[in-house]
Amino acid sequence: MDTAESTPTVYKKNSKLKQSVINFFTDLYKINQFIIRFFKEAFVPPFELKEVLRQCFEVGVRSFTLISVTGFIVGVIFTKQSRPSLSEFGATSWLPSLVSIAIMRALAPLVTALIASGKVGSSIGAELGSMRVTEQIDAMEVSGTKPFKFLVCTRVLATTLTIPILATYTGFIAILGGYLNVSQNEGTSWSTFIQQVFEPLTFIDFVASLIKSIVFGFTIGIVGCYQGFNSTKGTEGVGKAANGAVVTAMFLVFIEEVIIVQITSWFR
Amino acid sequence: MKKVKAAADHSNPVISIRGLKKSFEDYAVLRGIDLDLYAGENLVVLGRSGTGKSVLIKIISGLLSPDEGEITVLGHNLAQITEKQLQELRIRIGFSFQNSALYDSMTVRKNLEFPLVRNRKNITKTEINTAVETVLDAVGLSQTINQMPSELSGGQRKRIGIARTLILNPEVMLYDEPTAGLDPITCIEINDLINEVQQRFNTSSIIITHDLTCAKQTGDRIAMLLDGQFQRTGTFDEVFDTTDPRVKPFYDYNFIQ
Repeated sequence: MDTAESTPTVYKKNSKLKQSVINFFTDLYKINQFIIRFFKEAFVPPFELKEVLRQCFEVGVRSFTLISVTGFIVGVIFTKQSRPSLSEFGATSWLPSLVSIAIMRALAPLVTALIASGKVGSSIGAELGSMRVTEQIDAMEVSGTKPFKFLVCTRVLATTLTIPILATYTGFIAILGGYLNVSQNEGTSWSTFIQQVFEPLTFIDFVASLIKSIVFGFTIGIVGCYQGFNSTKGTEGVGKAANGAVVTAMFLVFIEEVIIVQITSWFR
Repeated sequence: MKKVKAAADHSNPVISIRGLKKSFEDYAVLRGIDLDLYAGENLVVLGRSGTGKSVLIKIISGLLSPDEGEITVLGHNLAQITEKQLQELRIRIGFSFQNSALYDSMTVRKNLEFPLVRNRKNITKTEINTAVETVLDAVGLSQTINQMPSELSGGQRKRIGIARTLILNPEVMLYDEPTAGLDPITCIEINDLINEVQQRFNTSSIIITHDLTCAKQTGDRIAMLLDGQFQRTGTFDEVFDTTDPRVKPFYDYNFIQ
């Protein structure tokens, strides 16, 4: 009896697993096609410069306040939490260096990317998803416009260009937060603090941080657009697109962080 | 309300379809469609929901690919044209969507300007304004020019959707359920607008509907889509002069007798 009942369950589980694997590779293939299409269309005239600039403004405005607040808090908290460990060795003077390394190498691009995934990625996913299910994308296509170029390429370029700028800004704000905490507790002056901030940083740190931000920006844009552009099943699909854009982008950002950190460590 | 117009030119099909088949997974929606749309003609495609009417016009406009069959639109075989040619061809075809598909983030003016600006690179601001005013006047909604789509009623949205397609001076109009979800008075106004568009802009049209009033008022010819094929074709009276149990109830339920 047990065997008879358990066999179909195992079979069902295997079948589900098989389907999940097939779906995973199908999605992977589709997203690769989507990325290839982006590179084929984005850099071929006519260029949508006006729309790219409009989207850059949108991306910047959407995330600016949240990134300012988050960046500042990250700077203050990181400095505050690091102090006890350093003070045990009487090394609180190393705080500016520690803060700058942590912020420039990891926190600024990562925090910016996570905030942008939530704010910008979900917004792109929902906007394009809604346009898909209400046939606005089809309407563009039948009126002689290339919706992929106009909607997808512009948004992906905008996130790729804007996220590095936002990450630099986050870094600055976080360091400012760190300075306020350090100056309050250690009485360090701004000029000394800034000197100590830049002392441990190398050219590779700046380049790695920039590359990371560009990769994160591209990921957020492409994932949001992919989810929205391929949205189906009406309003339910719009929700799924927005949700999928955030979850997938955040997951990929962490994976990319690990890979880029590993690669840059080879150059140090 | 019945339209008065010149007869269509039957020597000159603007759209010609032969042996069109389309399936979604295992379900065959279109099972061998043959169709000619002649210049200056309004052809109504009637059928129940889910019979593939919208699929048919999406294939004609290149939004969907057929599984089999030959489709010639304005002299171009869709299977043999390049992406660029298809894009140019689409400018000559107006597509009015069931839910109007107005761009939510743009005002009525921007909605109307969009296809024009995208397709006529050297157009001046004055020409754009003139074109926008002309089509808005044609659909009788000049006062809505600065409104957002969310501020418009269902009927107004339909009209603006039609105006947006007219701005490129299309030769063929495809209407997907133009009267769906509208009150009877607005339906009649939309039907009149379809006839007016045909006469004023000299278009040939395919009108997808299950509304018999719309079919009767706008159609020069009716094609009844049943089981994936055109089972009956002719004038309104010819199509419904039958005891066919698949066709008769359609008429009876629309004109409650």
